Amino acid sequence: MAYHDWDVSNRVRNYFRNFFVDATQEHRLRVSLFITCYNDTLFPDTGKAVVQVLERLGHTVVFPAGQTCCGQMHWNTGYQEEALPLLARFVSQFKDAEAVVIPSSSCVAMMREHYLKMAEKIGDKQLIADVEDLLPRVWEFSEFLTKKLGLTDVGAYFPHRVTYHASCHGLRSLGLGDGPVTLLRSVKGIQLVEIKNLEQCCGFGGTFAVKNAEVSSAMLGEKVQAILNTQAELCTACDNSCLMHIEGALHRQRTGVKTLHLAEVLAGTESGAR
Amino acid sequence: MSLITFDPARVPTFQVAAKSLLGDTQMRKNVRHATDVIQGKRKIVVDEMPDWQQLRESGRQIKEHTLKHLDHYLQQFEENCTKAGGVVHWARDAAEARAIVIDLVKQSGSNEVIKIKSMTTEEIGLNKGLEAVGVHAYETDLAELIIQMGNDLPSHIVVPALHKNRQQIREIFKREMNLPNLGDKPADLAEAARTFLREKFLRVKTGVSGANFLIAETGGVCVTESEGNGRMCLTLPETLITIAGVEKVIPRYQDLEVFLQLLPRSATGERMNPYNSIWTGVHPTDGPRSFHIVLMDNARTKILADDEARQTLACIRCGACQNICPVYRQTGGHAYGSVYAGPIGAILTPQLQEMHSGQSLPYASSLCGACYEVCPVKINIPEVLIHLRHKVVEQDTQGFGALNPEALAMKAMAMLFTSERRFRAAQRMGRMAERPLVNKAGWVTWLPGLLGGWTQVRDLHEMPRQTFREWFEQRGATDGK
Ligand code: SF4
Repeated sequence: MAYHDWDVSNRVRNYFRNFFVDATQEHRLRVSLFITCYNDTLFPDTGKAVVQVLERLGHTVVFPAGQTCCGQMHWNTGYQEEALPLLARFVSQFKDAEAVVIPSSSCVAMMREHYLKMAEKIGDKQLIADVEDLLPRVWEFSEFLTKKLGLTDVGAYFPHRVTYHASCHGLRSLGLGDGPVTLLRSVKGIQLVEIKNLEQCCGFGGTFAVKNAEVSSAMLGEKVQAILNTQAELCTACDNSCLMHIEGALHRQRTGVKTLHLAEVLAGTESGAR
Repeated sequence: MSLITFDPARVPTFQVAAKSLLGDTQMRKNVRHATDVIQGKRKIVVDEMPDWQQLRESGRQIKEHTLKHLDHYLQQFEENCTKAGGVVHWARDAAEARAIVIDLVKQSGSNEVIKIKSMTTEEIGLNKGLEAVGVHAYETDLAELIIQMGNDLPSHIVVPALHKNRQQIREIFKREMNLPNLGDKPADLAEAARTFLREKFLRVKTGVSGANFLIAETGGVCVTESEGNGRMCLTLPETLITIAGVEKVIPRYQDLEVFLQLLPRSATGERMNPYNSIWTGVHPTDGPRSFHIVLMDNARTKILADDEARQTLACIRCGACQNICPVYRQTGGHAYGSVYAGPIGAILTPQLQEMHSGQSLPYASSLCGACYEVCPVKINIPEVLIHLRHKVVEQDTQGFGALNPEALAMKAMAMLFTSERRFRAAQRMGRMAERPLVNKAGWVTWLPGLLGGWTQVRDLHEMPRQTFREWFEQRGATDGK
């Protein structure tokens, strides 16, 4: 390449680079929220908190109304045929989304680990292609903040003593690692205390909690003890299913310790302290 | 002495067995302690390996490749082992394997055998079979000896007596070896076992072993252990009979480089096994005069034929998945009703029984994935569990089975989820139906039927007045879709 050409192309590139950087800073995402069936029904406050945080960061949240359930409960319990139509439903509702955010690590894990295999089982070429295309745009709430947006501080204020529970799917299937904890560390006023045996399952496991109620309870017993040992006021996580199970025992045992989804912790602000 | 076995036709379901075992606080304490110790040791020697993930991947690939060409490598093993003076026998199932071994023992002219720890012989109930024809088997692995003398069953694939603590072991030895003044220090117990076993090693003329690896390229067999008692059994007897599942074969001698790193670090948290014995056929001036190996199928080729479950056969029986499993941690191994307990047992046992029994085992997991994370050959145990659950559901929903309460509930839920309108209606109805169960403070403390398991130890907060979607719509920003 001649010197002259290089110079021109470089200038052109610089021009566009500045243009793109500005554009990125201005860039506001249109986020499609998949709330999940159980959050929709039992934990609407988590959804509200997700909307609050994303809007505070300048993004727009949309809610495709035809959404229901990701199919995890059916698939994981062995009812595969029942789960298959739910895959097609999810894809049809979200395939044009810029980004899909889901405040439930196990539902995201369900999609990443099984959706492609399920689409192959159905044998529909278009569906397979759509799933492959859509999955990279699907994010668990905390990883959307840390990985997609590259944030650690979302401007939250939450003046409480909190411990973080790493849900198994978040930890192992999604590899969230330190992500959620980094977000929590940047929260103003928070006193974050680490739990012992962070990586040990709380014993929820979906239908496991009912089918093997006694073993699930024994596992829960160890987790609750570990939470109590931290003397935290509340326990947070990226998955309300674990939290519902933990909350159930914390309440039954009258411990006074509460549970709250990570989104609800991050939604706290100084003006509207929770 | 111990002749009890797990009888697939008689063992209770996991749920039932677990429920009663959870009451055994001493056992649970022993299991928690022992698994914590082994896990801790494992973590140190795994974390120090910069290439651990690559090693795991190599292990997985070697196993995958071997399983794909299992017929080839088995034939190669047979050929090379025979050439080196070994005698290869093939057994279709447990009964055939038992019969072959019993026959060989009789031919050896001995009415006693010394045994190396072998889960495969446990799988086929060999000791019981031998006793029935008047042959007594002495277990020489310390943990197996404890199990045998205590008339107990193994609860772990690497440490079969993991559920017993030192005081309990001392009581067993005191009683069975007639040593009223036995101390309870590890050295005391080891010394008692040594004195008891030495005499057997020197006297008994026939040995029975399992195998960790069969090397196709050389026809060699590899056994790894920590105590050295196995080495005695492999070298002192005149006749050595080894029994191995067909999946134990690996292609090359060099492949041991991978597995002899993966196995000890995963199993006992050791950098290397203290004793790695590899022998090839017979040698004119050393070791056993005659060597027989029984290659057993016992449902393994059925597993091989199942694409989604095949990886089960890659298992090198390290027990790491048992030590990390939060379910096993609570119940111990006996709840699984099989010599293979824990996560590997939950996938292997029902398949070995060709899904005729053990159907509760795939559900004995919260699918937390810790087993997959530690497995040295990367067996995706949760994936296989889910696959087997599907098979169980297929069995359970045949004919009138489709009317079982769980299946009906699942079908009904699926109906709701396939229609937005039905789902919304169900959310509204749920709020209404729940109302009589909610107390003044807004909590549900009792649920009926299938859901009763939940409220045994947990409360459930009442359903909020408004679902998220109702709130979002009210806010007037719903997407047009
Ligand atoms: S399944 Fe994996 S972790 Fe479990 S015993 Fe087998 S090799 Fe070890």
